[in-house]
Amino acid sequence: MGRGRINPAWGFVGPALLAIGAFFFVPVAASLLLSFTDFDVYAVARPDRLRFVALGNYARLLGEPRFWTALGNTAYFVVVGGPLSVGVSLGAALLLEAKLARWKGFFRTVFFLPVVTTLVAVAVVWRYLYHPRHGLLNLLLGLAGIHPIDWLGDPRWAMPAIILLAVWKNFGFNMVIFIAGLQSIPERLYEAARLDGASAWQQFRRVTLPMLAPTFLFVAVVTMIGYFQLFAEPYVMTQGGPANSTLSVVLLMYEEGFRWWNMGYGAAVAFVLFAIILSLTLAERGLRRLQPGAR
Amino acid sequence: MRRTVQAVALHGVLAFGAALTLLPLLWMLAASLMPAGEASAVPPRLVPSAVTLEHYRALFARLHLTRSLLNSAGLATAVTAVSLFLNSMAGYAFAKLRFAGRDRLFRLLLGALVIPAQVAMLPLFLMLRALGVIDTYWGVIVPGMASVFGIFLVRQYALAIPDSVLDAARVDGAGEFRIYRSLVLFLCAPVLVTLAVFTFMGTWNDFMWPLIVLADDRLYTLPVALANLAGEHVQDTELMMAGAVLTVLPVMLLFVFLQRYYVAGVMSGGVKE
Repeated sequence: MGRGRINPAWGFVGPALLAIGAFFFVPVAASLLLSFTDFDVYAVARPDRLRFVALGNYARLLGEPRFWTALGNTAYFVVVGGPLSVGVSLGAALLLEAKLARWKGFFRTVFFLPVVTTLVAVAVVWRYLYHPRHGLLNLLLGLAGIHPIDWLGDPRWAMPAIILLAVWKNFGFNMVIFIAGLQSIPERLYEAARLDGASAWQQFRRVTLPMLAPTFLFVAVVTMIGYFQLFAEPYVMTQGGPANSTLSVVLLMYEEGFRWWNMGYGAAVAFVLFAIILSLTLAERGLRRLQPGAR
Repeated sequence: MRRTVQAVALHGVLAFGAALTLLPLLWMLAASLMPAGEASAVPPRLVPSAVTLEHYRALFARLHLTRSLLNSAGLATAVTAVSLFLNSMAGYAFAKLRFAGRDRLFRLLLGALVIPAQVAMLPLFLMLRALGVIDTYWGVIVPGMASVFGIFLVRQYALAIPDSVLDAARVDGAGEFRIYRSLVLFLCAPVLVTLAVFTFMGTWNDFMWPLIVLADDRLYTLPVALANLAGEHVQDTELMMAGAVLTVLPVMLLFVFLQRYYVAGVMSGGVKE
C-alpha cells in the first residue's frame, strides 16, 4: 500500500458500509436519543418544540396497562408458539430422515412451501379459514365432534389462532436446519450404539438428541427472537383485538409511532424489544459455552 | 413384515402432514375460482361448482392491482440488483482484500445482527422525510441497498477463492475492479444466485416498511394493497382469494424453480455454528 494513496479495498467496502451506516446504524443511535425526548405530533411540524424528558417515556411505559398487555401477549405468542414451532419442525425433520422414508424431496418441498409465501396473503386466507360459520377449520373440527369456535372473535382463542398460523407458516424453515443437523451426525455413532444393543428409542435419546443439541439451541433462540417481532398477523387478522388480546409489542410501537406520531414513546417501546432480544442472544451464548465440547 | 407396517405408518403420517400443509393453499386457489358467494357457503365447499376467472379480471380491471404487481416486481428487482452489487463487493473485500481494521469492522457488522430492524424504523422515517423520499419508490429501496446478511453470505463463499488465482490476475496487470468484475463475480455465481433469490423474495414479501413509507395507493406493493383491500372487501371472499393467489404465486414459482439455491441459503445462515 503506497503512502498517501487510499487502499482500493475501501472502494469495495465503502458503498455498502455507507448504506448500512447511514440507514441502519445512524437511525438506531438516533432511536435511542429519540426515546429520551417527547417527540410527538406537534414536533413533527415544529422540531424546536422537542423537549428532553430523560427516562420519562420508559417510566410512562411501565405504568401503562396497554404496554403490559402487549408484552404479555407477545410473551404468550413466544412461549407457546416457539416450542410448538420447533417441536413440529423437529418432528417433520425426524420423519423425513427416517431410513424407510421415500419421496423425501417431494415432502420436503411441500413442507417448505408455506415458508416462501407472503405472510400478508396467507394471513388473509387464514382469516377466512377461521370463520366461525363457513370456515374450513370448524368444519374439520366438527367432523371430530368439536363445537364451532369463534377463533378471531373470542379473546381466548385469537392468540391460539395466530399461533397456529405461525406454526404452519414457519415450521418448514427450521425443519431444513434440523435436517442438515441430523445429516451431520456420523453414522458410526449409531453403529456403535447398535453393537451395544441400544434400541431405536435409546439411540434417539443417547445419540440423536445430544448431537443435535447445538442446532436445537440455535433454532430455539432464533425462533424466539423472530417471534418477539410479531406484527403482520395481528395487523391483518385482528388489528390487535378482540379486547387487545392480540396486541403485540411491535404493533404497539407501530400504532404509537406511525398512527399517533408519539415517536419518542414508540422509540422507547422499540428499545424494550431490543433489550429483550439482546438478553436472549446473550443467554444463548452463555448456554453454548456450558455445552460439552464447546470451544 | 414389521418393516412394512412401519413404512406404511410413516408414509401415512407424512401424507397427512403434507395434506394439512397444502390445504390452506389449495383452498385459496379453489375459492379464487368459485362463483361469487360460493366460498362462504354453509357447509364450506372445497371444489368450485363452476370455474370462473371473473375475480382475477376484477382485480386488474376494477381494483387496479396491475399497478401493485408492477410495483412489487420493480421494487424487488431494483433492491435485488443494487444490494447484490454492493454486498458482493463488500463481501469479497472482507474475504480477500487487506485493509486496516478489516476483522474488527466485520465483527462489528455481525454484532449488529442482534438489533431488530424495528428499532431503526422511527428515526429512519424522519430522516427519509427530511430527504423528501417518503411516499416514493426510493423510500422502499434505500434501506435495502446493502445488508449484513448479504455481506456475510458472500464473504463466507469468497474465502474459498485461492489467493493464487487473484495474484495471477494481478501479475497480468488486471486492476482490482476488473478482477472483481470478471473473476470474482464468476467464481461466486452460485452464492450470488442464492442471495438474489433471498433478497427478491424478502423484498416481495416485506410488509411493515412499505406500509410505513408508502401512502399513495398508486405506489403500493402487493402485500400493502392486499392488506388494504382486506379491510374494504371483507365480504368478497373469492376476490380476496384471487388477490392472495396473485401475491403468492410469483414467489412460489420462483422458489420451486430455484429451491436448491434457496435451501442452500437457509442452511448457510443456520448451520455454520
